[in-house]
Amino acid sequence: MNNKECKRAIELLDIGAGNTGSVRRCLNRLGIESISVGKDRDISGTLPVIFPGVGSFGAVMRLLEASGQKERLVEVINDGVPYLGICVGMQVLLEGSEESPGVAGLGLIEGMVKKFDSGKVPQIGWNLVEPHVATENKKGSGYAYFVNSYYADPNNEAVISHRSQYYRNFASGIKKDNITAYQFHPERSGDYGESLMESWLDATN
Amino acid sequence: MQRIKSDSATNTGTNTDSAENKVSHLCKRIIPCLDVAAGRTVKGVNFTGLRDVGDPIELAMRYEREGADELVFLDITATVENRDTLLHTVEKVADCLRIPFTVGGGIRSIENADLLLKNGADKVSVNSAAVSDPSLIAAIADKYGSQCCVLAIDARRVKTEEAEEAEEAEFLSISPWQVLVNGGRKPLAIDALAWAKEAVKLGAGEILLTSFDRDGTQIGFDLPMVEVFAKELSVPVIASGGAGSPGCFVDVFKEAGADAALAASILHDDKYKIKTIKETLRQNNIEVRL
Repeated sequence: MNNKECKRAIELLDIGAGNTGSVRRCLNRLGIESISVGKDRDISGTLPVIFPGVGSFGAVMRLLEASGQKERLVEVINDGVPYLGICVGMQVLLEGSEESPGVAGLGLIEGMVKKFDSGKVPQIGWNLVEPHVATENKKGSGYAYFVNSYYADPNNEAVISHRSQYYRNFASGIKKDNITAYQFHPERSGDYGESLMESWLDATN
Repeated sequence: MQRIKSDSATNTGTNTDSAENKVSHLCKRIIPCLDVAAGRTVKGVNFTGLRDVGDPIELAMRYEREGADELVFLDITATVENRDTLLHTVEKVADCLRIPFTVGGGIRSIENADLLLKNGADKVSVNSAAVSDPSLIAAIADKYGSQCCVLAIDARRVKTEEAEEAEEAEFLSISPWQVLVNGGRKPLAIDALAWAKEAVKLGAGEILLTSFDRDGTQIGFDLPMVEVFAKELSVPVIASGGAGSPGCFVDVFKEAGADAALAASILHDDKYKIKTIKETLRQNNIEVRL
């Protein structure tokens, strides 16, 4: 996929919507080069894309719009380019969020993003992530680091790859064709997070 | 028609019932705290009598391997000369560490916070400067989100049984604890709980509550204080000061309801391993990442 023989690369969507540094460092440790896109260069469509979003749903969507990458991102995802969304980078895949009424998401996954209604909000810390029983076996469960007030609620169960419990059951991972997304931070989730990053990278070749 | 709701437990495919659905698997966190001064890790008792306990990066990596859920670095000298050393340490830690870490100590401005976050810190912790200028909390939270902004409070119980002091302590509006700043050297006429509540309104995402009375003593956390803060605040409370045995952690989570607990002396001295503490917690039905 990459011209250079030894080092694989991905594109990191960096539009000022959160700190991309920790994801870049994680990729570094795994020997993957990350190329910043969104500011000075467009998404190429030839490399996998990671979007680590932090902030409110509305703010992230506005930044995406302002960067001129929104349509491009949808286009490349529809073309089959592997996409990994982290945190708000997962939420923007849906149609909208209770956090920012009236702001449309990318709509690549049917459903809305909703607010937790029990416990301290945001949930901060390590929560148990379990593969969705319908799609995978229990083997891939582990603890991952979350910081979120909102969770994605996809209409179609079949796209849910992982589930977690925070006073309710919620989707902590999504997998649909070339789309992968995690509500938690794999780049800050120790061995477990790193193994998920590695599997995603392996699957993208 | 498609199934719309995902909150019905039946569609998880497991045999969970509705009671199970109210469960949270969010773990209680054990957070080693590394006090750093001029590039070394140090530890004192009641904020004084510092001794060298090792290289911060080595210690950080060791704690991650041993099961730490997060790390906190406090630059306890926080002098201008040491700032570059600190940034260098932060950057190296960020490169190696795979768990979140917070940096505090000497953050006086949004620019100080910018530098630390840019160099790889996941969160910053503010203390004295936020007391003099609470807008610092809002500035950090607005720019980076509340999850990046930890407010550290050093607090102690005011000895109200002595009449003279009780009179001096009239500022205590809703709790018996007062705020100290400058590394515990300067007590202020500020109610610690009232301050915590104000800080949460301004955007503090977590409260790191250190008991001045218990710091470094290893005789147990200040349970009454932690309990009140954990109950009264809508954000996580990280209890700090006084951990001496795994049992202390059981108490601070089970009795006082803390969301996380800081540990320094107990770990630096190699008295206990994080794993030992977590195993004790699990035996007491407290969910931890093991």
